[in-house]
Amino acid sequence: MPSSVAAPAKDKDPAEERTGGAVPVHSHAPARSLPRELGSWASIAWFLVPALVLFLVFVLAPIAVAVHTSFFKWGGIGSMDDFVGFENYTRLFADQVFLGDMGRGLYLIVLSITVQLPFALFTAVLLNQKLRGRAVYRMLFFAPYILSEVVTAVLFTMIFLPGDGMADHLAGALGLEGLQGKWLADPSTVMPTLFVVMTWKYFGFHMMLLLAGLQSIPREILDAASIDGAGAWQRFRYVTLPLLGPTIRISVFLSVIGAIQLFDLVWVMTAGGPNHSSETMAISMFQFGFKRYQVGYASAISVVLFMISLVFSLFYQRYVLRRDLSGAVTTGGGR
Amino acid sequence: MNARRTARGLSLHAVVWLIAAFVVVPLIYAVISGFKSTGELTTNPFGLPEHWKTGNYTGILGDGMFWRQIANSAGIAIGTTCCTVAASAMAAFVLARYAFRGRELFYTLFTIGLMFPFAVAVLPLFLLLRNFDLLDNPLGVILPQAAFGLPMTIIILRGFFRTIPAEVEEAAVMDGCGKFRFFWKILLPMARPALGTVSVLAIVASWNNFFLPLLVFNDPKWQTIPVGVQQFQGQYSTDYALVLAYIVLAMVPALAFTPSLSAS
Repeated sequence: MPSSVAAPAKDKDPAEERTGGAVPVHSHAPARSLPRELGSWASIAWFLVPALVLFLVFVLAPIAVAVHTSFFKWGGIGSMDDFVGFENYTRLFADQVFLGDMGRGLYLIVLSITVQLPFALFTAVLLNQKLRGRAVYRMLFFAPYILSEVVTAVLFTMIFLPGDGMADHLAGALGLEGLQGKWLADPSTVMPTLFVVMTWKYFGFHMMLLLAGLQSIPREILDAASIDGAGAWQRFRYVTLPLLGPTIRISVFLSVIGAIQLFDLVWVMTAGGPNHSSETMAISMFQFGFKRYQVGYASAISVVLFMISLVFSLFYQRYVLRRDLSGAVTTGGGR
Repeated sequence: MNARRTARGLSLHAVVWLIAAFVVVPLIYAVISGFKSTGELTTNPFGLPEHWKTGNYTGILGDGMFWRQIANSAGIAIGTTCCTVAASAMAAFVLARYAFRGRELFYTLFTIGLMFPFAVAVLPLFLLLRNFDLLDNPLGVILPQAAFGLPMTIIILRGFFRTIPAEVEEAAVMDGCGKFRFFWKILLPMARPALGTVSVLAIVASWNNFFLPLLVFNDPKWQTIPVGVQQFQGQYSTDYALVLAYIVLAMVPALAFTPSLSAS
């Protein structure tokens, strides 16, 4: 038995190329084949089982439970026997609030890519120069990312408090009385305000990713461009930016996944209000699942949330990240 | 030339300072406001406190509930980290160093987990935990957190384990070292830097998690810091200075990890 199992590893693993690896990893030389008596199934299983069991029970099984529950009308307690087919889904896609959730998600994604990402890139380029104290600045800009979402949310709730908050005092001092008392409390300003808080919290993380990308660009290429007469802007536009492509694409991916599942910040700051104007898909799911006890309907939201992330991830990896997979992509610790 | 360079340096610094102000002002505002009374926060929002009032901070530090929440968060973070790093290291070991059928399938399966937002699973997870009778039980938070930490940890550790030359293992086998002993006595000690990185990531993720503890713990005695912060804000919503002092104190442990994660 062991002889068939421990077939010597080929130098290049074809399976790896086929799957492409769902996520880019640093490329390493594959481990060389080992004496086959070490490759018995029993000991391999022994090493694999704890992670596999954890993963199956707590990551994959919930998805199956959500799919199953989403076909029932169920309050969360007692037996689940009111099978309704796709009714929860048809209701979901006719629900103006849920359609609004998707629009608001898109709004945050667009702003993340068009405002937050360029801002993070600008900061990264700035801190990649020779600058006194740049290590301190890097740490400082990264610090909000380490703070918990809840602490951040309470901090900004206090800052944007109507009347007594710092933002109202600041707006008064700057002659922007029109903004006073609005911020998180008014449907017309809540989403931009939320985006400012998200930028405060997350731009440092994207800056770190981009800095790592910048540092991996060989000095010689930029020097060669200089010798050929390229100015600072041309060097950035035609050398740095293309070479930074893989990192930028990872950064965009993480922004999108983050916006799709946004919950903590919004829940603590506005709970989706005023009047659903800042509600996200995860907030809707929480409201129906844990406040209004429509667990079947909330499960349908979970499933749609899952399908959106899955389709997006597969699409993105297939068509956008594919060319990067063998390259030097830095992956960060963000979810 | 020199003057131009100085001017450029100055404007560079001005821009960095502006960004730094955007990041730091909210934090400093919170720290200083914690030393004020709520009344003074209204009359004197930006200046230094007239009388440095330490009562907000000392009151919280003297409160057993705050320390209880710190201890809960720490215990859950440690439990999560041990589970996820142990399970990931074992899996990453065989996924990195052994050829067996289905290896890439298993690896892909784990990496797919990266695409699942936690928010997707939280409702069915709650139903599962209720069935397992794990509500109001720290394991109900530790095990799911460990499971969701697996993909990132396995990816990082597998990458690292692959860089350890096969000669090391061959030499160990020559000396009569079995797979288990090699893993425990040689591979893990060699992988200490990578294990440190993934542990810090796991600790910070667990420390900051809000959604799951919020659902799993009904009993206040299990509350973690993020849940406690939210409850405290609800309870003392009019005493702004006190709430700000509370979040400042809640920030300190997480900020202590910043240097170890931002050193790149």
